[in-house]
This record gives sequence, C-alpha cells and structure tokens, in this order.
Amino acid sequence: MSINQHEIEHVAKLARLSLRDDEKQLFTGQMEAILAYVETLNELNTDGISPTSHAVPMENAFRPDCVTPSIGHDRALANAPDKNETYFRVPPVIE
Amino acid sequence: MELYEQTIHDLQGQLQARQVSSVEITNSFLNRIESTDPSINAFITVTKEQALLDAAAADQRIASGDCSPLTGIPVALKDIFLTEGVRTTCASKMLDNFIAPYDATAWARMKSQGAVLLGKLNQDEFAMGSSCENSAFGPTRNPWNREHIPGGSSGGSAAAIAAQQAVATLGTDTGGSIRQPASHCGCVGLKPTYGRVSRYGVIAYASSLDQVGPMTRDVTDAALLLRVIAGHDPKDSTSVDCPVPDYMAALKQGVKGLKIGLPKEYFIEGLDPDVQRAMDQAIAVYRQLGAEFVEVSLPHTNYAVATYYLIATAEASSNLARYEGVRFGHRAKESSGLIDLMMQSRSEGFGAEVKRRIMLGTYALSSGYYDAYYIKAQKVRTLIQQDFIEAFKSVDLLLTPVAPTPAFKIGEKTADPLQMYLSDIFTIPVNLAGICGISVPAGISANGLPIGLQLLGRPFGEESILRAAFDFEQATQWHTKKAAL
Amino acid sequence: MKFQPVIGLEVHVQLKTDSKIFCGCSTRFGAEPNLNTCPVCLALPGALPVLNQKVVEFAIMAGLATNCSITPTNIFARKNYFYPDLPKGYQISQFDLPICLAGHLDIAVGDQTKRIGITRIHMEEDAGKLVHGQGGGSGVDLNRAGTPLLEVVSEPDMRTADEAVAYLKKLYQIVTYLGICDGNMEEGSFRCDANISVMPVGSDTFGTRAEIKNVNSFKFVKAAIEYEISRQCELIEDGGKVVQETRLFDPNKGVTRSMRGKEEAHDYRYFPDPDLVPVVISNDWIKRVKGDLPELPETKFNRFLTDYSLPEYDADVLTSSRPLADYFEQCAQSCNNAKSAANWIMGELTRSLNDNGIAVEKSPVSPVQLADLIKLIDGGTISGTIAKKVFEELWKNGGEAAAIVEQQGLAQVSDTGAIETAIDQIMAANMGQVEEYRGGKDKVFGFFVGQVMKAMKGKANPAVVNDLLKQKLAG
Repeated sequence: MSINQHEIEHVAKLARLSLRDDEKQLFTGQMEAILAYVETLNELNTDGISPTSHAVPMENAFRPDCVTPSIGHDRALANAPDKNETYFRVPPVIE
Repeated sequence: MELYEQTIHDLQGQLQARQVSSVEITNSFLNRIESTDPSINAFITVTKEQALLDAAAADQRIASGDCSPLTGIPVALKDIFLTEGVRTTCASKMLDNFIAPYDATAWARMKSQGAVLLGKLNQDEFAMGSSCENSAFGPTRNPWNREHIPGGSSGGSAAAIAAQQAVATLGTDTGGSIRQPASHCGCVGLKPTYGRVSRYGVIAYASSLDQVGPMTRDVTDAALLLRVIAGHDPKDSTSVDCPVPDYMAALKQGVKGLKIGLPKEYFIEGLDPDVQRAMDQAIAVYRQLGAEFVEVSLPHTNYAVATYYLIATAEASSNLARYEGVRFGHRAKESSGLIDLMMQSRSEGFGAEVKRRIMLGTYALSSGYYDAYYIKAQKVRTLIQQDFIEAFKSVDLLLTPVAPTPAFKIGEKTADPLQMYLSDIFTIPVNLAGICGISVPAGISANGLPIGLQLLGRPFGEESILRAAFDFEQATQWHTKKAAL
Repeated sequence: MKFQPVIGLEVHVQLKTDSKIFCGCSTRFGAEPNLNTCPVCLALPGALPVLNQKVVEFAIMAGLATNCSITPTNIFARKNYFYPDLPKGYQISQFDLPICLAGHLDIAVGDQTKRIGITRIHMEEDAGKLVHGQGGGSGVDLNRAGTPLLEVVSEPDMRTADEAVAYLKKLYQIVTYLGICDGNMEEGSFRCDANISVMPVGSDTFGTRAEIKNVNSFKFVKAAIEYEISRQCELIEDGGKVVQETRLFDPNKGVTRSMRGKEEAHDYRYFPDPDLVPVVISNDWIKRVKGDLPELPETKFNRFLTDYSLPEYDADVLTSSRPLADYFEQCAQSCNNAKSAANWIMGELTRSLNDNGIAVEKSPVSPVQLADLIKLIDGGTISGTIAKKVFEELWKNGGEAAAIVEQQGLAQVSDTGAIETAIDQIMAANMGQVEEYRGGKDKVFGFFVGQVMKAMKGKANPAVVNDLLKQKLAG
C-alpha cells in the first residue's frame, strides 16, 4: 500500500502535528517502506482468528464508589504553562 | 573492591552489619557518576542533594533496626517513571520542565523500603527506539565502547549499571527495551509477565505491551528487586492480583531435569557469528548442568515486527494525545489560536521518531484502514501468542539470543527506521505474547562488546527463568566482566 | 408538499455516583475550578483509569428499566479527538458492544400508546468545561472531566416534537426513579441532542438529518425540534437541500444555527482501551440488580389505582416523581384516607412547594404531619377551612397539628348549647330573614350558616350548625 503526501497531511492533521515540508517528504518515504513491510501480514490467513487486545486474560477490575482526596490546586496547576486563578489558560476559543 | 562495583546483596549485608553507611555508598556512586557520566551520558538528572538526605535517613532507619532489602541502596530510574518532586522528562523536550506530582507505584514500593534515588536515566524519547539515540538530551554511549549504542530504549538504565553508576536501575520493556540494552551492556535485565508489575506512574508508550522490570549486575539482585516491585496495584486495572513468590528462594532450585526449547526461527542465517558462538557455548553449559534441549518452532516469528509496529504505534498515537501544551509540558510561544497552539506545541515538543510513530499509529487506526492494519495485527498477535502456548506444552523454558548482533555503532541505523525496527526481532514476540523473559550476560564479541542470552518463560513463570539464569551465571561468571572506563 | 418529520434522540444521563467513573475524585457540582482533580482526571503522564463498579450497576439498572438486553462482555474504547476540555485527547466510551442493547419505552400519544425503540445505552466519561473570557483567553476547568455518563440512543421512531418530549419525560422519570440520576437539568445532569430529518409523507426513505446539540430543557426540546422541522420543510419547498450538520439551539431567539466551519470531519479512531480490562456481567449479577430495582412508575401507577382506589388523574400526578409518590404513600398510610391525602398533596402542598421553589423531599411539612392534620379533619376536630390555617402554621413554624389546634383554640365546637345560643341571638337580630325563610325562600339558609360560623369564629362544627339551624328555623 502506498501513501501520498496528501494522505500524510491528512494524518498529520488528525494527529495535531504540523509537519515541515522536509518532514512530510521524509515521512512519506519512510512510512511507505514500513507499510510495504507490514503488508507481509496479508500472507497470513486470519479468518476466524479472534483479535488479542491483552495477552494476559483479565476481567472486572473495579474500584468501589468512594471519594478519595483530590490533589489540590497547587499540585494540579503546578506544571501549567499558563493559568488564570485556578483555571488552565488557553488562547480564546471563539464560539 | 570499590563500593560502586558491588551488588545489592553485597551492600545489604554490609549495611546491616554497619560496616558501611548508606551515605558512604551513595557518595561513592555520586562521585562515580561525576567522573564517568560526561563520557557516557546515562543520566538526564542527578538528584545529588536529595540522595544524600535520603541516604542519611536510611542510615537512621538501619540504626533503629529497621532494615528492608533496599534500605540505603542507591538506585536510578529510567526517566519514564514519575518521581514526586523530581523532574521527569521521558527524554523529551515536551516534558523538559515537568516536575512529577506523584510517584510511580514501582518506585513508591522501593522508596518505602528506603531506597536512595541517585537520578533519572536517559532513554529513547517516550521509549521509542532501540539505541538510546532518540533522546532530547543527546545519545547515551555504551561504556564498553563509546562509539557504540548502549541499546534502547532503556539505554541509560543499562549503561549506568555497566559504568557502575548505580547498583540497580528500573527500565521498561515494550518490545525489548530492557532485555536488548541489558544484552548490549553486559548486565541482567528482566521483563516480567504483563500485569506482574504496576504500570501506574510509568509514562505510557504502548499500554498493552509496556512492562516494568529490574536491571541489575547479577541475577540475585534481579530476583530481589522484582520481589519488591511486583504485585497487584489497585491503581492499574491491568496489574494481576496473584501472589508474588519468593524469587530468591527459587534461585537455588537448579536446572537439572529442565527441558529447554530452542526455537528454530531464532537461530537463523545472518545471526552474528559471535552471537551464534555464545549461544552454542551457553547450550553446552546448560547440558553440563543437566538441562535437556529440544528444538521447537514458533512459526509466526517473522510477522512479529510488523504486528508490533502497528499495535504499538496505534496505542502510542492515542497515549501521546495528552501532550498538547494545555495542562503541562511544552507550549509553543507563537500560535494563531487554540488548534494551532496544540499543533505547534506538539510539533516543537516531539522528536522525529515520536512523530513518525504517532503518524504511523494514527494512520493504522484511521477510517478505512482500521481493519486492514490494527485488527489484522491483533489477529496475528493471537497467532504469535498461540505459538508460545504450543511451545510451552513441551518445554519449560526457551533459550534464544537477545539480539541478532552485538551493539551497533552510533548513527549506523538512524537513517533507516525499518532496519532499526528489525533489530528487535528476538525480543518483540515476547511482549506480544505477554510472557516473561530475562537477558543474562553470555559472552563478549571479538570486538569486545557484551552478548546476552535470553531465557523465556510461561506467563508468571519468573521463578523458572530466574533459576535457570542464576545457574548459568554461577557456572560462567560472565557477569563479573566489567567495562574498562 | 406534506412532510413527515423523523426524530431520534441521544440523551446524556449524568450518573449520581459519589466519585468519578475512573478515579476517586468527587462528582460534586459547583466546586472551585480544578479542585476536584487528580492525576487520572487531569490526564497527567503515567496515570491510569480504574472503573467505578457503581457505574456498571447503574447502567444495568437503566438497561433493565428500559427493556434492553444486557451485554455479557463489555469493552471500553477510546474515542480520539483533540479539544482543550478533553484532557487525555480521547474520551473513554463504548463503541462495539455497548452495555445495553435493543430496548424500548412506551409513551402516550393522545389515547394511544406508542413504542419508541432504544438502540443502545453505553457508559462513558464526561469532558471538562471551557470557560470563556478568562483573562484574555479561555479557562479550562476539569472538575467535570470523568463524571460518569450514560448515553441513551433512541431509534428514529418519533414523528412530532410532542412525542419527543413525551419520550424524554418518560426516560427522565425512569432514571430519576431508579435513583441513578439527580435529574438536575440546569446543572446538565440530563442533556439531549436531537437528530431531525423530514421526508415527503408516504415516503419510506429518511431525509438528510441535522443534529441539534445540547438542548437542556423539555421546553427547549419542543421549541428546537419544531423550529428545525419548519426550517427543513421550508428549505426543501424553496428548492434547497438539507445538509448533514450539527446545529446549536439558541434559546433566546428560538432558532437553530449551523456550527459549520468550526467542525472538521471527525475520524474518532475508536479502538479498545488497553488500560482497561473487559467488564463481564454474569446472569447472577443481572439477577441481583433486578432484585434491587425500585418500583418503576408504571407499576406504581397501577398499584395506586388498586391499593388506594385513586382516580387515574391522581395516580398519574402522584407517580410523576418518586419523592412525590413516596410522600403520598407515607401520608396515606399514616392517615388512612388516601383520597384526602391525594387532594391535600396535589392542592395545598404542591401550591406551597411551587410558590417557594422547594422540592417535595425538602418539604417543611412532613407526610406524617400532614397525615395528622387530615386525621383531625376526619375526626371532626377541625373543619377543612380551619385545617388550611393549621397547614399554613405547620408550613411556617412546624410543630404538631393537634398542638396548634389546641394552643390557638381552633377546635370545632360541637357543643349544641353554645351553638344554640348563637343561633337564637342571630335569629332574634334578623327576624326579617327568618320570615323570608319560613315563607319558602330556602336560599336564606346560607346566610344564617355564614352568620353563625362568623359568630363562632369558624370553629363551629358545620354539620351540627346545619342540623340545629334547620330545626330552629322550622320553628
């Protein structure tokens, strides 16, 4: 399967990456090579095989509905690049 | 012997006997880091002052008769573990200034025993890489030969052991990131069964594959450290609630009568002759020890790398969506609005390999490709897992090389990501199958680089791989070989 | 051309748990911004979700109450998209295999019952909030991030705005009855998106639909749907085409407006969340939840008809909410006069509650207090008129009805002597009217009753007054 620059741009947008032109070019070639390699999987017939999400079978990991202490404003906002009072601040969103 | 050359079990005895203090040991390592790290670059952050305070506290604890296996032992962590109050970067510009507000569970368990944190170790950015070259803080060099890579992604964790900068370290292993650098740096690296150690507080790369494990100077230390960090954590839904055995006791059981499988797909043409020789010698050693060998087949081995790069990148593309410059992490100075702010922050904060994998993973999950790539890969994952289940019906363990070659040169594979990915062929299937594996020193190549041996066990079969590794170590003494620095 | 509207609803029901769906932070509304947060709901590096078991229980309850089948193995999926109020860059939701499938609710349309299909109900987490005008930017508040939600998706079975409102009210009644949702629509506990299309009458192909987002009151739902139907009809009649899009309802102007331009084509890239493990629901678990289900509105309504012999109207009003029904039952059982309890609750009590904006469960007059009051009437101690005064007193100052009656001397006078004296005096002072009555003008009787009651300050037993007056006036 080949991938063109237009698709690269679409994927970059989905991933919220703004790629420079040289990156787009580089990634197009590299992803093409990787995707070609990945094609080898189609040699395998996987009809009737169920997909594996976790190798170790597990189920029903729950917590009880109990309130535990929150971490507080200081720690919540300590790494914020920008804040206003106790909000994380971002550029205005126009509604 | 210098303090920094010793193992946890050596130092523990001396600490308990009050022959040495934690402050002395800690100083020994801090001095060693200061003198050697400029040429190795294993550390991103050295927490000297806190380490000395914690060492003094550990000494008091020992004086009061309270001595756990790790009390006063100086360790270092891959910079993927959150450490409260300490910068945690994951080797990314994205988290250059991120001060962790809580501790990862694995570290919290060590800390509660009084382990002393020397600092945070270099790695491939977000654990994406096999060479420790993808770091925003520059590559780590192999202490055995500084022209070579230490392996990755836990390259700093392996190099710090080889350079005698820490007694023990923690790494994470998603496709070989503990075992391969351990092999390249001549130390012991254990990847536990998926679910054995909590992932809470470990920066996620590929959640269904990531696992935390110890990296140590010998097998005894690996067993000791695993016992501390293993066990159920209610904060990690994927951590398994089953008892943690006494791994130290298991070491003494020997390999006599064990049936070891040799997967024929791992002993291929193109395997480096030095690696082949080391494997042949290891097999001979095990035969002498009384183990029995049979050839087995893991027929889907050749599909593992492709499967891994679809599953891991898909999960990563989602796991790394939280880095957008809103709540923490790098924020672009210039932007033309909210969406642009996110895009610029991500583009500036992530390195090339991270972007490449996010792109690949986003593509694999995107509309129209999901079934062809992601679901297909998950189905092949089932086949790969079944290979191992089948093999373990007739053998107790598998023995394989860790990597096809010893550590390659810095810069050798950076231009061709696919070639880099393919070097993980012997470690990746283990993560896909969720089983446990250990890398132990098993030889030195003609050009003086360590070669590791991989032992693989059934899910939650850590005891059996540890005991086989321990017997080999006792019979060969490869682990006592040291890098000349 | 005549058009047939087609309406389907997606309702977000906020679950009434104490803690969030994947962490232990409080779900309390109205805290200072970002106070109810932790590494998990802030999506800090390394944090992992752990599912709140109560969310699963509540989802099973909702499924059973809406006639759904419960999915035995549940998987959580990640819905990937970027927005500043979505801290992880994905929402944990369900995609394939939602917890409840293929249910229905019956609504009343005129005299008929109509069945509205429920496609699915799934569990998911809420996003945070983006607050505008924060010091030259927008502010992100993650208190709400991780609040548990059920998304209830209906089949496109509704044909009018009234049907849509009836369905919504029914669903609202059920989730509040179950006690899984606080039903506070102003705080966003019950939010509705409407999918609307129109097609020519007689056609069996649905038209292109528009999705109206976040319509948060029954009144607005009706207005938004009606506006949107007429907009689409006019558009088609004018030769235009409806485009598939998301629209926002403006409650001030009563119109829907396109969000076009702000939305790009979404590709949510759903995949199973590897941080969570499957939720397996056994038949035993379902049985246990079923056994604990509270009585649902329909069952309660029927029981009120038979157990209390109430008229349908009363039963319908009294079962409209669970607290009201509970109030009624306690009161009726305590006073042993269901009809009177119903009248008082639907009359005086509801009026006072509404006037003061108080919910029935916070009523200052308890069901037992009201029952005591009704017993005083039934026992002939006070009249209905006096009872209203006592009720006011109970509402304002609390206490016991009997004590108030005694302290304020409000008890009825049934003592014939006192009443006879009063009648004699009044007859003596109004001989003209006495003559009129005796001359056959029955209407004057009411005048005498009024005068006697006035003289007795309203406390005379009306029955006794009637009897004595009749005797005396007859001469």
